Amino acid sequence: MGQSPWRLALRRLRRDRIAVAFGILFAVLALMALAAPLWAEVAGRGPNATNETGQIAADGGAIDVVSLDGVPVGPQWRAEYLLGADANGRDVAVRLLYGARNSLLIGIAAALLTTILATLVGLVAGFYGRWVDAVARSALDVIWAFPVVLLGVALGTALALGGLTVGPIDLAAGSIGISIAVIAVVYVPYMARPIRGEVLALREREFVAAARAQGASGPRTMAGELLPNLAPTVVVLAPLMVANAILLEAALSFLGVGVVPPDPSWGNMIDAGTEKLVTAPHLAIAPGLMLVAAVLALNVFGDGVRDALDRRRGAAWGAERP
Amino acid sequence: MTRFVAGRLVQMVAVLFAVSVLTFLIFNVIPNGDPAQRMAGKSPTETQVEAIRADWGFDEPLAVQYVRTMEQVLGGEAISYFTQLNVQQEILAGLPRTLALALGAAILWMVFGIALGVLGALRAGRLSDRLLTFFALAGVSLPVFWLGAILSHFLGYQWGLFPNGGYVPFAESPLDWAYHLVLPCATLAVLFVGFYSRLVRSNVLDTMGEDFVRTARAKGLSERRVLLAHVLRNSLIPVVTLWGLDFGAVVAGGAILTETVFDIQGVGQYAAESVGQLDVPPVLAVTLFGAFFIVALNTVVDIAYALLDPRIRVGGR
Repeated sequence: MGQSPWRLALRRLRRDRIAVAFGILFAVLALMALAAPLWAEVAGRGPNATNETGQIAADGGAIDVVSLDGVPVGPQWRAEYLLGADANGRDVAVRLLYGARNSLLIGIAAALLTTILATLVGLVAGFYGRWVDAVARSALDVIWAFPVVLLGVALGTALALGGLTVGPIDLAAGSIGISIAVIAVVYVPYMARPIRGEVLALREREFVAAARAQGASGPRTMAGELLPNLAPTVVVLAPLMVANAILLEAALSFLGVGVVPPDPSWGNMIDAGTEKLVTAPHLAIAPGLMLVAAVLALNVFGDGVRDALDRRRGAAWGAERP
Repeated sequence: MTRFVAGRLVQMVAVLFAVSVLTFLIFNVIPNGDPAQRMAGKSPTETQVEAIRADWGFDEPLAVQYVRTMEQVLGGEAISYFTQLNVQQEILAGLPRTLALALGAAILWMVFGIALGVLGALRAGRLSDRLLTFFALAGVSLPVFWLGAILSHFLGYQWGLFPNGGYVPFAESPLDWAYHLVLPCATLAVLFVGFYSRLVRSNVLDTMGEDFVRTARAKGLSERRVLLAHVLRNSLIPVVTLWGLDFGAVVAGGAILTETVFDIQGVGQYAAESVGQLDVPPVLAVTLFGAFFIVALNTVVDIAYALLDPRIRVGGR
């Protein structure tokens, strides 16, 4: 093929050093999340292991991990309690890495699910038009009409009690599957709308008419002609969706409907940390910085991807801000 | 045109109806929990639960319950399951707080969004433009509840520059009212400034390439006049539209996190607390209130655009 549009875009992306650097930053964060058990080995305790009465060596003597009036030690800058302890004497650094697993897994899985659903809905609605489009659009409008965080919290709260069983899918109460499903559904309209618009424009192009004239069926035309041409739009939106999904997951966990404690996620760590800001600010600052780093990395990288794929300015940028 | 407007209004009512049914179902079908059981508290007797069930009509069919709850919500007579307070009065009590927060933030993000966006456009491609772009992305990446907690801790508690959360009614002390709103408004505005400055920048750049701008320059107008009278006026129209929509969305529930972090006690915080207790009447009322804001503003924008551009009336969005 030589100079395919994709290859050109990749070359442009590689020249964008800032985007590449932040892409690498996100990859590093993901690798750190994967390596969480290794660090737990080094630090000597798991993410949920409490240590309320223990002591650690410091300045030649020994100090309480959690003082008598409930103040945890701050960062120690060595393997054990690298970033300090939380109110239950758990290792913040270890929890941060295990929290990264939950936050990133939920964010990526939810964005993936959103992408699949939105592409399907946008494709079918835009291609068939008429009543199919009308039905799909009304459904999207209804989700759109809900305030994002409110819908997320409502669904999360309701599902957290009883779980959800639809056919073969069984989401137990308190599982991260619920967070993934809730976040995915909430963001579908924000992605399905631009995709549908794209399909409406593509549908009128000659190559689609040619495929139809040759007798290609509807599904075949969608899969063979439209889908490949939607790919740039999807690829541009995907990193931004992951960023937004990670932010929404943190917001839901912060409001108490995401990852269920004692399991860590950045959101519920920040939630616990804000209550201890006065005595132990590291509890809120550490997970917050991780969260900002991950989301910023995705946004800057996604921005570079958009620039590389689409030279027009002002394309769809950033979905709903929770 | 009349047909278009009528169609949009019918669609609006239909969406709101669907939203109300969906909200009702979310809380009555999915949790498979019994509200009477929850209201009765810990270890109630079966008679107590039965009494509550009959009192509140939880034993009736869902459709009947839905109609009755909606009648109460729309008639302003809905009562919270848990606090036993009138829902409408609670929302009205929180509304000025939410509006003050949203308006303050909206003014901030518009002013800074335009200023930084125009600056970026004028310096497009230079280092300062790239720095502005990076800061804009950083603003969009900051979780509002974390930023709020950190700001209120350091600027409020630690250094005592601002009050540490809370809200003072305007009637009590206008000065204190404004003072208490500075941090919450700034926090809420940060992520929007990021978004708006980028939008303004790209719109201004697009407009600067238009023929009428070249004409204005050719007429010998000063660069300042070209920018203010020709470029800005034309590039800000979509921005102002979006500003209206975003303002509505913030009032409608976009400020839940900010209100909770700063303890503003507005509509959003009320919603968050009610959801946590699975308190159906307030949740239904607040969701409808929020959805109404979002849908109504969207409908107004659609109708305004249709008035200005006849093609939209025929084509659909």
